[in-house]
Order: sequence, then C-alpha cells, then structure tokens
Amino acid sequence: MKLSYPIPWMDFAAAGKASAEVKKLLARLGIEQGTVKRIVIAMYEGEMNIAIHGGGGTADIELTPCLADIYLRDHGPGIPDIDLAMTEGYSTASEEIRNMGFGAGMGLPNMKRNADELSIESVVGQGTTVHLIFHLNNTKQG
Amino acid sequence: MKVREIAHVLSAQVQCGENQLDIVEVRSACGADLMSDVMAFVKESVVLLTGLVNPQVLRTADLMDIKTIVFVRGKVPTIEMIQMAESLGMVLLTTKLSMFVACGKLYEAGLHGSGTREIA
Repeated sequence: MKLSYPIPWMDFAAAGKASAEVKKLLARLGIEQGTVKRIVIAMYEGEMNIAIHGGGGTADIELTPCLADIYLRDHGPGIPDIDLAMTEGYSTASEEIRNMGFGAGMGLPNMKRNADELSIESVVGQGTTVHLIFHLNNTKQG
Repeated sequence: MKVREIAHVLSAQVQCGENQLDIVEVRSACGADLMSDVMAFVKESVVLLTGLVNPQVLRTADLMDIKTIVFVRGKVPTIEMIQMAESLGMVLLTTKLSMFVACGKLYEAGLHGSGTREIA
C-alpha cells in the first residue's frame, strides 16, 4: 500500500493532518499501538519540519506486511551540519515558530529515537530527504 | 484521578467533553508549551497542561493519545479548537492558575506519576 501527502509550507492548520490520517489507518490495520505511536511521532515531527523549515514538500509512505517505509522530502534550504541538527535542543527556528510551540530542537532527535532506521540526505540550497524505516513487528520503545 | 476532580482542583471551566469527566482517568500530568517536548517525553496517557493555544496542541495530543488538556494562565481555546476537540472525543479545561500553581495543586491532590520517559 502506497500513500502520498503534500505538506504545504507554513500552513499550520493543515500540518499534522497526514500523520493523523496515517495513525487512523495503521490502527485500522491492527498494527501494535506502540509501533503506531513511534511512526506517527516521527512522521509528525517530519511534517512540522517540512512545514516550518522546508518550504513545503511531501510525505510518501509505503506499507508492507513487515515494514513502514517513509520518505519525507522538501525543497528547502538544506541542513549544513546534520550532526549538529541531530543534537537535542539545537534549533534554528524563529521566535515566531517557538511561540507556536515548535522549534524546541527535538524534531530530528525524536525521529531518530522512534525510528528503527533513519537516514538523512541534505544538499544546501536544494533540500532535504529524511528516510525512516519501521519494522512493524518490533516492540522498540520510543 | 478522574477528570472531574482535576477540574475541581484547578477551579477550571469545562470547555467541552462534559460527558467524559467521570470516565477519563489519568495517572500523571505533563506541563509544557513546546509540543516537541510533549512528543519526546510523554510515555503514558497524561493530562496535558499548556499555555499554548493553537490547533497543533490538539493534533499533538491526539497523536499521543492524550484525552484531557488544561489551558492555564486564563488562555481560552477558539471555537474551531473546541469543535476539533469534540470530534476527537477530548476534554478541554481552562483555568486562570499559572502553570506552576496548576501543576503544584495537581501534585498536592495526589497526581504523582511523571508519565514521562527517564531523562538520560
């Protein structure tokens, strides 16, 4: 099963809707609750990153009986130092974004904590792709 | 602790979810204005106390299976947020207490569980 969601830039009314829909779908498919939570936390963080930093983009999800394979792509400014961006608390978000409850510098670390596999490809000036893999039979704690 | 008791302890107004007050039970609470922190640290089904008022609070709570939100410092959710919360089956409470005092009163009333993961 393949799903694709556009993620508009700075549309905070829409941001998170894709994750909410995926959560409902995974629950309907009978995926274990803890695994569902790990997937939607990581996906929601990714959605917010794309909406806030990435200038908009897409979330593409492929579900197989064993895996959830998620690509989060944006065409934003890219991440100059991925190791630094993975540090808890490091954030480049504006004061306006922080006032909305985001920009805590927990997004990418949260995604890493919850995913079974995470890889990031980013080119400054071109955009970022975050690839998340979840094993659906894994009871890892986020 | 039932949500009705939480509302009583905080002298809170019920914005929606009146029919859930004696049904939803929580064992712990999380006070936060940063939603990424909620997603990073909450482990159990908690009551969320926040001074942030926007739809992302509800979105975050929904993803984290949080059924009760208390808006502190006199913050009031919009009509759209109340409608969204009703559709999600959530209870929204509002209190004029500060975050610190609201959390303290709940702790004093017996809500001791942290409900969050251990900080390494």
